[in-house]
Amino acid sequence: MGVNQSLGGNVTVTSLDKLVNWVRKSSIWPMTFGLACCAIEMMATGASHNDLDRFGIIFRASPRQSDCIIIAGTVTKKMLPVIKTVYEQMPEPKWVVAMGACACSGGIFDTYSVVQGIDEALPVDVYIPGCPPRPEALLYGLMKLQDKIMGESGSFGSVFGLGDRVSTV
Amino acid sequence: MADTNRAVEKLQGNFEASIVEVKQDRGDWIVTVKKESIIDVLAFLKRECRFDMLTDVTAIDYLGKSSDRFMMVYQLTSVPFKDRLRIKAPVTEADCSIGSATQVYASAGWLEREVYDLFGIKFDKHPDLRRILMTPDWEGHPLRKDYPLQGPDREPYKGRLS
Repeated sequence: MGVNQSLGGNVTVTSLDKLVNWVRKSSIWPMTFGLACCAIEMMATGASHNDLDRFGIIFRASPRQSDCIIIAGTVTKKMLPVIKTVYEQMPEPKWVVAMGACACSGGIFDTYSVVQGIDEALPVDVYIPGCPPRPEALLYGLMKLQDKIMGESGSFGSVFGLGDRVSTV
Repeated sequence: MADTNRAVEKLQGNFEASIVEVKQDRGDWIVTVKKESIIDVLAFLKRECRFDMLTDVTAIDYLGKSSDRFMMVYQLTSVPFKDRLRIKAPVTEADCSIGSATQVYASAGWLEREVYDLFGIKFDKHPDLRRILMTPDWEGHPLRKDYPLQGPDREPYKGRLS
């Protein structure tokens, strides 16, 4: 008796954290939120030629269904409260990608009306340089975000209040 | 280029005391008037000369270049006569206000709000004089020449050594 047969090809052994991380990184749903010319490049990345879908990245039209926000463009001081509201409406866990020079640092708009980097208001996970970044750069940035999500620990336990989700990357 | 203009001649006949300067530049007629009579001039042009459209209202800051710091600019268009006229009126910094053109042209409402927002010129008898571009709690008027480019709360950029 006992187990006299091997477990076979469709059984794998992993940790619950890794399983949760794998699920999360395989279906990053970014908020459909464009601000400037970077948004055009973001749309091109989502369209058929570059095809974000193959990473499981599908743009959602509601912050309630999103777990990622790509800050694609110049953030004016007048727009900042709107972005904060959208970000606060997103459920945890959530990640922020600063796409392009303007979202990273204000870019060429070193003026009174422009926020000098979205990291003044939101916790940024990935910075993508470029003006605007090419679709390849956005893809690379989102793959870096996937790497970051895979490196998180406590992803499973933190859902039940057991410890905190910690990024190790 | 025409040597005379139908509206400018009428203005000179009716507002002799109010007109500061009449000139022609690159085909445009420009009439500068005293700010006290701006509403009368605009109403006259609309009523008697059929300038039925106020295309734009804007202002210029001549800080350090003129004793009257601001210059209001009104762009008028006559659709039936197919011609245009530019009316200007100097405004001093000490008495930084002018009559609102909303009394003549309804379209002046938002245009004057923009001038108020960015230059700080107040418009008497404007029905709703609020900021239109900057946030309601904004301090200062960004298009004034003495407004710091990077905002009042930042150290100004001094080139690559800063």
